[in-house]
Amino acid sequence: MDTSLVLVLLLAPFLGFLFNVFLGKKAGKSVVGIVGTLSVVVSFAITLYLFGNAGKEPVVVNLFDWITIERFNVKFGFLLDQLSILWLLFVTGIGSLIHLYSISYMHDDEKIHSFFAYLNLFIFFMITLVMGSNLLMMFIGWEGVGLCSYLLIGFWYKNQDFNDAAKKAFIMNRIGDLGFLIGIFIVGSLFNTLDFTSLKTIITTIDDINDLWIALAALALFIGACGKSAQIPLYTWLPDAMAGPTPVSALIHAATMVTAGIFMLTRLNFLFDMAPSVQNIIAIVGAVTALVAATIALVQNDIKKVLAYSTVSQLGLMFLALGFGAYEVAVFHVITHAFFKACLFLGSGSVIHGLHGEQDMRKMGGLKKTMPITFITMLIASLAIAGIFPLAGFWSKDEILMTAFHHNIVLWVIGSIASIMTAFYMFRLIYLTFFNSFRGTEEQKHHLHESPSLITVPLIILAIFSFFGGIISLPGHSWLNEYLAPLFSKVSHEEHTLGTTEYALMAIATIGAIIGIGIAYKKYLKDNTIPSEDAEITGLSKVLYNKYYVDEAYDAIFVKPVNVLSSFFRDAVETTLSALVFGLGKVTNEIALQGKKVHNGSVGLYLFAFVLGVCAILTYLFL
Amino acid sequence: MDVTHILIILLVGALATYFSGDKWAPKVALLFGLAAFAGSICLLSQYNLANEINYVTLWIAKPKIYFALHADGLALAMLLLTTALTPIIIFSSFGNTYKNSKAFYALILFMTFAMAGTFLASDGILYYIFWELSLIPIYFIALIWGNGDAEERKKAVVKFFIYTLAGSLFMLVAFIYLYQKTGSFLIRELSQTDLSATEQFWIFLAFFLAYAIKIPLIPFHTWQAEVYQKAPTVGTMLLSGIMLKMGLYSVIRWQLPIAPMAAKEFMYVFIGLGIAGVIYGSIVALRQKDLKKLLAYSSLAHVGLIAAGAYTLTLDGLRGAVLQMIAHGFVVVGLFFVAEIIFRRYETRAIAEMGGIRAQSPKFTSMFMILVLASVALPSTFNFIGEFTVLYSLSQVNIWYAILGGTTIILGAYYMLKMFQHVMLGETNARIFADVTFNEGLTLVIIIAVLFFFGLYPKPIIDLITPSLENILTQVNRFN
Amino acid sequence: MNNILNQIGIENYIFLSVILFCIGVFGVLYRRNAIIVFMSIEIMLNAVNLLFVAFSTYHQDAQGQVFVFFSMAVAAAEVAVGLAILVSIFRNMDTIDVGNLKNLKG
Repeated sequence: MDTSLVLVLLLAPFLGFLFNVFLGKKAGKSVVGIVGTLSVVVSFAITLYLFGNAGKEPVVVNLFDWITIERFNVKFGFLLDQLSILWLLFVTGIGSLIHLYSISYMHDDEKIHSFFAYLNLFIFFMITLVMGSNLLMMFIGWEGVGLCSYLLIGFWYKNQDFNDAAKKAFIMNRIGDLGFLIGIFIVGSLFNTLDFTSLKTIITTIDDINDLWIALAALALFIGACGKSAQIPLYTWLPDAMAGPTPVSALIHAATMVTAGIFMLTRLNFLFDMAPSVQNIIAIVGAVTALVAATIALVQNDIKKVLAYSTVSQLGLMFLALGFGAYEVAVFHVITHAFFKACLFLGSGSVIHGLHGEQDMRKMGGLKKTMPITFITMLIASLAIAGIFPLAGFWSKDEILMTAFHHNIVLWVIGSIASIMTAFYMFRLIYLTFFNSFRGTEEQKHHLHESPSLITVPLIILAIFSFFGGIISLPGHSWLNEYLAPLFSKVSHEEHTLGTTEYALMAIATIGAIIGIGIAYKKYLKDNTIPSEDAEITGLSKVLYNKYYVDEAYDAIFVKPVNVLSSFFRDAVETTLSALVFGLGKVTNEIALQGKKVHNGSVGLYLFAFVLGVCAILTYLFL
Repeated sequence: MDVTHILIILLVGALATYFSGDKWAPKVALLFGLAAFAGSICLLSQYNLANEINYVTLWIAKPKIYFALHADGLALAMLLLTTALTPIIIFSSFGNTYKNSKAFYALILFMTFAMAGTFLASDGILYYIFWELSLIPIYFIALIWGNGDAEERKKAVVKFFIYTLAGSLFMLVAFIYLYQKTGSFLIRELSQTDLSATEQFWIFLAFFLAYAIKIPLIPFHTWQAEVYQKAPTVGTMLLSGIMLKMGLYSVIRWQLPIAPMAAKEFMYVFIGLGIAGVIYGSIVALRQKDLKKLLAYSSLAHVGLIAAGAYTLTLDGLRGAVLQMIAHGFVVVGLFFVAEIIFRRYETRAIAEMGGIRAQSPKFTSMFMILVLASVALPSTFNFIGEFTVLYSLSQVNIWYAILGGTTIILGAYYMLKMFQHVMLGETNARIFADVTFNEGLTLVIIIAVLFFFGLYPKPIIDLITPSLENILTQVNRFN
Repeated sequence: MNNILNQIGIENYIFLSVILFCIGVFGVLYRRNAIIVFMSIEIMLNAVNLLFVAFSTYHQDAQGQVFVFFSMAVAAAEVAVGLAILVSIFRNMDTIDVGNLKNLKG
């Protein structure tokens, strides 16, 4: 029963993928959308069923031996426990909504069948990632979602800039993947298994543990997580990934795939708990990423770029929590973030759709009248991400900051600043987009309209979840913590009793958020400032606007040298080596040429050589 | 089914192809290729029942040379690779017409005959003869049916011929020395001899020269890219798909068991050389202007990793190497075929002249994409199994090898995706690009099916090769 | 016969034949006329023949003299063939100067 259910859950999106690949073009646009969406809904339904009927004990489904290593076997198997079911819930749930949304959003695209095929394939790989029973199974999904991300970022493949962005995303991810693989190697050679359940048993019971190698394994795996979850130094691909269609940005680059790193760390919490030094690194990287990305988001003018950097920043906050070993807090934020970030991206998609592809906020404004549903849902989501009581984001972000406060006051300050900035740039976005008067062309103004219901319904649902999502983990009474408890090796993690400190922290966070919103209000609504044109940006803003020139730096440090080296190898080394081999031939030839001169045909010379030879032989024989 | 029958089928096939005339030659060749494949399958089922497939008869009395063929799991795996790829390669050429095609196809079968013989031979001299024999057909195939300027081609092909021949001569010298020492050419005897460390070193080195040129490892690779580019695609497929594996197979079969002490002592040098090849090949591939040359350098990178795996002298390393050999055989044949498909339509191999093909040919694009992904070892493709196992074995020797060798994951993705982007994507090309024909599609689909099947279920191959590899490892460890 | 050797010592025969042989060698090396080269070769041959005869007497053994007959017969045949070749070379090339005969050039 379980086996077949799990297989249906896994294969439904894959069948959708196959259908859309092979029959999509013939079947017509509406069928493609329906099949694509249904296949994910099926998975969602099964997940709901499993969620309802799940016992405390994890379900393991092993299909067959996959890879054989001398000292262990890697099984092709799946693991369903609290963590994977929880992840499946929002992957397939939000996935379904975004599929639904895409039916309308992508309706005019001629390649809608491949779009749905890729989306389904992505869900399939995401399920594999989440359900894999060992590190390598997870790795299949891990690389698979990277592939889908590549395909979808480069969906409009006629534009080489988009293709560059896609390629960059794939390669950046692969840098992380190498880290992941190295981590797998170390874990494999330390414990002779890659299976999560066995690993947990071994690591929690083993006595003589090799701290250094555990720490290296944790570090390598964390590099993998950095790649996928866009942390410093591997974050630059995510903003570029916004080249893809907006539903993709919502699904892959905000709600699901980028949380894979957090999933992996949570999955391996027992391992990371053994490596406190690496946990410190994780916390620092998370905090710094949160701050850096937030500062960049302050000045971006592309609506999707703002959201992209906001995603990086929020992921940084999650890593901050992970670094303190507060896995359930990070998971909580993952879930609430999935709701409001998906809502924000889909809302921005609705705006872009309404403006026929315009993404620059300087050319928007005053949309709240023409697009009321989009406006209200986005406003709710913005309030949620800003951390306003009692929306979902308030609870989850507050938990993170509270954890940080208890562990490290400096990181708490950094996190808080990042949160204030979040409030600011989100409301900058809201004011620029929806308030004041419209700044686009007359023709655009003429066509302004609210998006159709296939687009607004998912928005509304997500907005509702963004509003109420916090109830799954209220301080002091957390359903989520109880639900996830069996996963963690440390018994009671971060059970905050609500004392004065906690209330004070909540108050500080709320005030901070309100200050952020207030500054945005003053600047963009009352003063009606419009961000200046690209050329006029100066000073610090210019540095921020250009993302601290990190892309340029990477280009100069890594990409260019490799390419120069490549040219050097191709033009200099290859030719030299080739010349060397030919040189051997030439030397032989030259010897022959010189030797040829002796054979000049003069009998006298021959005779002379002959006599000389005889004399030499005689001398040798008799002396 | 006797092991000699496979060779007879191929040899007779070559003759029959030659006498069947230009019109029928491709079909006759395909038929015999398939027959050889069927024969290998029969052999496989026999092996699974009886475990040992041997054929020994005295060939020359003095010096004692046997006509000795021996098919263990490893040899069978390579034989299957050879006989499976040959029909695919022949079939893939159906879209081309060759002048004097009877000779062309006869040479292909003859080459397959020689390569199959190399994999099966268990007598040193017989092995050497097959080894050299395989060089003759590819020389003519590349020289006569190749492309590009005839003078340039002749230069490249002659260089290849003499270079590999010269390398192999050292191997012959090593065999003669071994015969002086042991009175036998049989691998069974040779892998039991107790040679001193110095003797092993020189013998190892002599073998190494032959194999390093054939595989090729850097810095002995200079023949490769040019010959790949100049040879007709069928020749390139034979070279890269099967012939490279002769060198790698020989490392595992002959070099390591005969001179294990040297292999152990200088392990770091040879692993280092392999990994240097990985990095070097990947970086050179990055800026190639010619599609076939780019694929040649990617091949260089991949075989570097395979060789590094073999030289770890661990079961994982050897197993990974063999798995990756098979996987690489298929994927590289597929990729060269893709290059050929583009050439059939655009008459060019210059990447700069391509681009914008995707919009016109969705099927071709998907298949090309899958091959690219397999080549960069996406999990669930066969190449991942091999690459993972090899990298794992390297990490067991030293974690830095795994990290450096693992750069293939990044660099491989870089050059392959860059190539894909410039060949396939971008604004629709002004020139019409017809989507794949049925034959072309079928060829690619077969290759892709193999890659995915064994990517998800590699157990049959692992079970086939593991006992022989364990056997070889006990021989390697006999000095401990 | 022995008294001949008593009157003139065996070493004198050896000296003579060495001198003759060297004259022949130098003749071959220095002269460019093919016929003279040929004659020089004959001198070398005869130097050896002389030595044969001398040692045959010294050892009281007729075998050496039999060999001389052989070699004289062979030399005669050789001269016949050699001269014939020379004649045909002369007909073809109008010269028998070995310096000009470079057809053996590699």
